[in-house]
Amino acid sequence: MSEKIAVRMSGIVKRFPGVIANDGVNFDAREGEVHALLGENGAGKSTLSNILTGLYRPDNGEIELNGESISFSSPRAALNAGIGMVHQHFRLVSSFTVAENVVLGDESTGTFLNAGDVAQKVEELSQRYNLAVDPRARVWQLSVGEQQRVEILKVLYRGARILILDEPTAVLTPQEADALFITLRAMVKEGRTVIFISHKLDEVMAVSDRVTVLRGGRTVGTIETAHSSRRELARLMVGREVVFDRVERKINSSDKETVLRVNAVSALDDRGNKALNDVSLTIKTGEVLGVAGVSGNGQRELAEVIAGMRHASAGTISVNEKEIPNGKVRHAISAGIAHVPEDRLHTGLASSHSIEDNLILKSYRTQPISRYSVLRRKAIQENASQLVEQYDVKTPSTETPVRLLSGGNVQKVLLAREFSANPKVLIAASPTRGLDVGAIENVRSHIVAAADSGVGVLLISEDLEELLSLSDRIVVLYEGRIVGDLPTSSATRESLGLLMGGVALEEHTS
Amino acid sequence: MNSNLFMVIAASAIFYGTPLFFAALGELLTERSGVLNLGVEGMMLIGGVTGAWASQHIGGTSWFVVLMSILIGTSAAALVGLLHAFLAITLRVNQTVAGLAITIFAGGLGLSSYFASVWNVAQRPATHPIRFLDVGGLADTPILGPIFFHQNILTYFSWIAVVVASIYLFRTRVGLQLRAVGESPQTADAMGINVVKYRYIHTVIGGALAGVGGVYYSLAIIPTWVDGMTKGAGWIAIALVIFGFWRPDLTLAGAYLFGALQSLSLTLKARNMHINGDLLDALPFIMTIVVLVLLSGGWAKKRLGAPASLGVPYEREER
Repeated sequence: MSEKIAVRMSGIVKRFPGVIANDGVNFDAREGEVHALLGENGAGKSTLSNILTGLYRPDNGEIELNGESISFSSPRAALNAGIGMVHQHFRLVSSFTVAENVVLGDESTGTFLNAGDVAQKVEELSQRYNLAVDPRARVWQLSVGEQQRVEILKVLYRGARILILDEPTAVLTPQEADALFITLRAMVKEGRTVIFISHKLDEVMAVSDRVTVLRGGRTVGTIETAHSSRRELARLMVGREVVFDRVERKINSSDKETVLRVNAVSALDDRGNKALNDVSLTIKTGEVLGVAGVSGNGQRELAEVIAGMRHASAGTISVNEKEIPNGKVRHAISAGIAHVPEDRLHTGLASSHSIEDNLILKSYRTQPISRYSVLRRKAIQENASQLVEQYDVKTPSTETPVRLLSGGNVQKVLLAREFSANPKVLIAASPTRGLDVGAIENVRSHIVAAADSGVGVLLISEDLEELLSLSDRIVVLYEGRIVGDLPTSSATRESLGLLMGGVALEEHTS
Repeated sequence: MNSNLFMVIAASAIFYGTPLFFAALGELLTERSGVLNLGVEGMMLIGGVTGAWASQHIGGTSWFVVLMSILIGTSAAALVGLLHAFLAITLRVNQTVAGLAITIFAGGLGLSSYFASVWNVAQRPATHPIRFLDVGGLADTPILGPIFFHQNILTYFSWIAVVVASIYLFRTRVGLQLRAVGESPQTADAMGINVVKYRYIHTVIGGALAGVGGVYYSLAIIPTWVDGMTKGAGWIAIALVIFGFWRPDLTLAGAYLFGALQSLSLTLKARNMHINGDLLDALPFIMTIVVLVLLSGGWAKKRLGAPASLGVPYEREER
C-alpha cells in the first residue's frame, strides 16, 4: 500500500426532502488499499458512494481525485475518471448476455458489435481476475454470486482504478464471500483502490486496511483496521458500548406438541417457476425454527404459503394437527398464524395509513373494534394507545402514518399487531433486516418472549449470527428444497454456508 | 383466376400493410426505449393532414411535391411525438394517459380535423398523390413483379427500413444501449448512457414514422383527406408491435397479415364475391383484440421480449 491518496472527499453535504443524508462527511482512500466504509443503515454510506460515482450531485463539499479537484456531472464522467461501482442491487440487464452487459456503455467498441470479439475480450478479463463466468450466458440464468462477478467485470473492463462495492456480501454464502475477498486483495495489489461499504464488523475486520466510520450522516473517524477491534468499531458505529451476547433462551424440552406442520408443500413463484419443492417441516410449541438460505431460494414463498398468501400446488399445512384451507389468509389468521413479512412497509402494513388503522387490520371484524360492521373509533384509539405504550413505539401520535416512522418503530407496530392476536405460530421473515442495533435487540427480545410463552416461531433470516443465536433448530433452503435440518448446537457458520451453497453435508464430509 | 386472385390479395396486403408497418416500427423503437406511446393514431392523422395540405400548396415537379409532403407530414407528427416525450419523460406523466390524451386531442375529432377544415384540405383530392413506381422494370417480372414491384416509393423504403432497424437494434452499439435503456434504465444510467436522450430521440422517431404512415393514408391510399381516415390503424400498429415480439422483421410480416385482412373486403367486393362486408371490415380489429388478449399480461412480458421497463418513468434521485 502506498501513501498516495487516490480520492479525497471533504465536507460533503447532501440533502433530500426532509433528510440530511450526508452532513459534512470527510473521507479519503489511498492507492492500493481496501478502505471500508462502515455504518448502520441510514448512516449515509450509499449516498456518499452515489455522490462519488456521479449519480447524485452534492449540495456542498469537494472531491479530489489524485490531488485534483473534480466534480462529476454524470455517472459517465465518473466512469471515465476511473471510478466504478458495484451496486448492492445489481445494475444488470437480465435479458442480455454477460458480454453485452460488460461492454454496455463502452464507446470504444465502434459502431457495430461483433458478438464473438466481445465475448473473447470478456473471457480474457474474467480469466485474468479469476472471476469465472461464461460470457455467452444470459444474466438471468446466472446465480447471484456469478451476477456479482459480472458487475465487477463491468467496472474492471471500463478500466476503473477505484472500485466501490456496496454491501457486496449481502447476497453471498460465506464461501462465496471469502472468494470475493481474495479477488479484492488481488485488485489492490495491482494498485487499485477498493472502497468496501458494509455494516458487518467481521467482514470489515477481515478485508480492510483502513476503516472510516459514518454515523448519522457524519464521519466519526478513520482508523487502521489492524489497530482496531470489533468492539471499538461497533462503539464508533453505534455511538455506545455494544455487548455481543447470545440472547438467553429457556431450554425447550422435546416432548412438546407440534403446533405447525408443513407437509410436502410445493409452490410456484410469481413467474410460474417452481419455488418450493416438497418441503416438510414441523415446529413444536415454544420452539424457534430457523430457516437459512441465500435470498431467493424459496424463503419468501414458504412464508407466504404458510400465511395463506400463496397457493400451494401440493401438500398441506396444519396448525395443532388441524389442516387449514390452502391459500386462504383469513383461515390462516383464525387458525392462529401471525406473519411478519420481509417487506414490512408494503406487505406488512398499509404504509400511508395511521398506526391506529394498521393495528386493527386483523381485528376489525371483532368486538370491541367494530359492532354491526361499523368501526368504533374510540375502541380503535384505545387499542392503539395501549399497544403503542406496551411496545414502546416512538411516534408523535397514534394517528401518524406508519411510513413516517423509523424502521425499528415500523417493525414494532407490526409486531404489536401480530402479537395482539395471540398467535400460536409466528412467521418472521428477516425481522431485523435494515434496523439499527437498538431496534434489533428489541425485536429479537419480542421474538424470544413469544417463543418462551409457547408460540412456535419460524424465523427466516439471511443473518447467520441471528439464526444461530435465536433458533433451537435450523433448516437450510436451497433451490426450494430443505437440504439440511440440524439442531443449532451442532450448526456452524461454515456448515450452514456449505448447505446454503448447495453442497450436501455427506458430500462435504466424505 | 385463382392465382390471379392470390396475387391481387398479396399485392394489396403489402399496399395496405405498409402504413401499418411504418407506424408499428415507430412504436417499436419508442417502446424499445421504455416509452409507451398510445398516441400513434393521433400522430398518424396529424401527419396525414399536414402531408395532404403540403401536397396542395407546394409547387414544383411531382416528385419534389411528393417528397416535401412526406417530409412535412413526418415532421408535424414528429412534433407531436416530441410533445409525448415531454409529457412522458420530462414531466413523468402516466404514459397511458398522455398517449390517450394525444390521440383524443390530435385525432379524428380533434386537431387533425380542425386543420383540415381551416386549410380546406378535404375539398380537393391530392394534386400529387404517391403513385406506383417501377424500379428498373422489375414490375414486369412474372408473378413477383405484380406483387412486390407494383408498389410505391414508401413501400420500397419500408423494406430498407426493416433491414436498417434490425441491424440497428441487434448489431450496433447504439442499438444495444437503446435496448438497455428500455430494459433497465438504472443499469444504463450507471454505465453512463443518457437515458433521457435515448428516450426523447426514439419517441420523436416513433412520432415521425407514425407520420409516414399517416401521409401514406392521405396521399397513397385514398388519395384525398377524409377526417379520421386512418380508422384505428394506429391501434392496430400498437398491437402489431406485440404481435411481432418487438422485432422489426416479424412486425413487417404481421403488418402484411393485417394489410391482407384490411383489403380483403375491398378485393372480394370488387370481384363480386359476396361475403358479409361488415364482418370483413371488422376482422383486423377482432384480430387485434385477440392478439392483445392472448399476448397480454405478465406471461407475455417475460417471454415475448417486452422491454422490462416499458411505461415506467425513470427518475434518478429516488429517495
